[in-house]
Amino acid sequence: MKYSKDHEWITVEGGIATIGITEHAQSQLGDVVYVELPKIGSTITANAAVATVESVKAASEVFTPVSGEVIATNNELSGDPALVNRAAENDGWFMKVKLSAPSELDGLMDKNAYDKFVAG
Amino acid sequence: MSEPALKRTPLYDANKALGAKLVPFAGYEMPVQYPTGVLAEHKWTRENAGLFDVSHMGQSFVTGETFAAVASAMEQLVPADIAGLSAQQQRYSQLLNHEGGTLDDVMITRLQDDGVLYVVTNAGCKDADHAHFAKYLPQNIVLKQAHDLALLALQGPKAEAVLTQHAPTLRELKFMFSEQLTLGGIPVQVSRSGYTGEDGFEISVKAADVEKLWSLLLRDLHVKPIGLGARDSLRLEAGLCLYGHELTELISPIEAGLQWSIAKRRREDGGFMGAARVKQELRGGPARKRVGIKPEGRAPARDGTEIQNLDGRKIGVITSGGFGPTINGPLAMGYVEAAFAGVDTKLNLIVRGQAMAATVVKLPFVANRFKR
Repeated sequence: MKYSKDHEWITVEGGIATIGITEHAQSQLGDVVYVELPKIGSTITANAAVATVESVKAASEVFTPVSGEVIATNNELSGDPALVNRAAENDGWFMKVKLSAPSELDGLMDKNAYDKFVAG
Repeated sequence: MSEPALKRTPLYDANKALGAKLVPFAGYEMPVQYPTGVLAEHKWTRENAGLFDVSHMGQSFVTGETFAAVASAMEQLVPADIAGLSAQQQRYSQLLNHEGGTLDDVMITRLQDDGVLYVVTNAGCKDADHAHFAKYLPQNIVLKQAHDLALLALQGPKAEAVLTQHAPTLRELKFMFSEQLTLGGIPVQVSRSGYTGEDGFEISVKAADVEKLWSLLLRDLHVKPIGLGARDSLRLEAGLCLYGHELTELISPIEAGLQWSIAKRRREDGGFMGAARVKQELRGGPARKRVGIKPEGRAPARDGTEIQNLDGRKIGVITSGGFGPTINGPLAMGYVEAAFAGVDTKLNLIVRGQAMAATVVKLPFVANRFKR
């Protein structure tokens, strides 16, 4: 699993990336009440805002760390947005993306580096 | 560059010890939530009793030679009937500017001591309010900001049971009345009022005693500390105005739908700052009105969201919007042109560039449960 400075996590299998927000991000956001996900089939560009997480308090944008085509989004989140709070880094995933520029992964952090980044 | 240092309430250490997440609010470092989170805190307050540290709010005493003198002076600055207050009675009102816009919304209590009004103001407005009072109250009226007082709110259906263990007479205290007494030996002034739509109390106490009182109340298993996050979602469901959002220097109390807080005598006689606009809007109706708005679907529409009619013309703006844990869905308040303020009017909210369907609904979203 790799991590971005915008607090997204990403795993890659066979050229398909799964993306979500980190445990740290969900703990900062508080209770998630709504998640707006990108349309399946849409093309997204690294570092663009592609999803929105609404907590009770505020709306926060989610940035994609990689470019590609959205091939799936997590349906569970529409009925149960709190899944993001309960399982941010597994069942609470946001979208699957077919990578168009896999080298973008090189700029991301591993767990150790991300933990240090969060600790400041 | 250095930001001005944030102020702390006397409960800063106690809030930290409870694991509160502290954020800047109106110049103070305030608890926005405790570890259980906003949703749980909101629900706890609706079902049990929530304890809020609201010591950032302004507390002042305005004193005249007699009650009649101080009431008449205050009536120059607010549209409420102050002269008609009985001893210990409290009223909600607004400080208006010359143009009838709102400088602050306030709670005014006639204390037992003759000639003393106790005024609670918003934290972000308190210094400006003080300057306004100092400028416009006559020379013979004495104004004192009580920097040595803290303020707690205990809100929810179990608040009465919790407080009457310490002071049985509070069972008889009516909504919008206050009483001086002791709780666990601590002298306090308690009023039956609040900002959640629930029955509850606001407790003014010496800053030096507040930590002791806070701990005493939290010892009750029905009481949990509640942060500003849930305070906001509770008041939004209760359809109550938040200064800086539903009320500003440009918004009149009539636009805000606060006519109920202006007695007949004051409407007819005027004689308060801003009366011309208030009377004109009471007569002809205001051009825009505050309304409750229910977005369809699950996405909240936040403060600042544009409101359009079904033809795509901008007719208003959301002033507070979020998620209501009790109604389990998004909710908002905002201002719309008067023609669109009727209940069941269909609107569009422009959220992230997309039109989202919404409906004007009756306020409050959650029925209030005051002890009248």
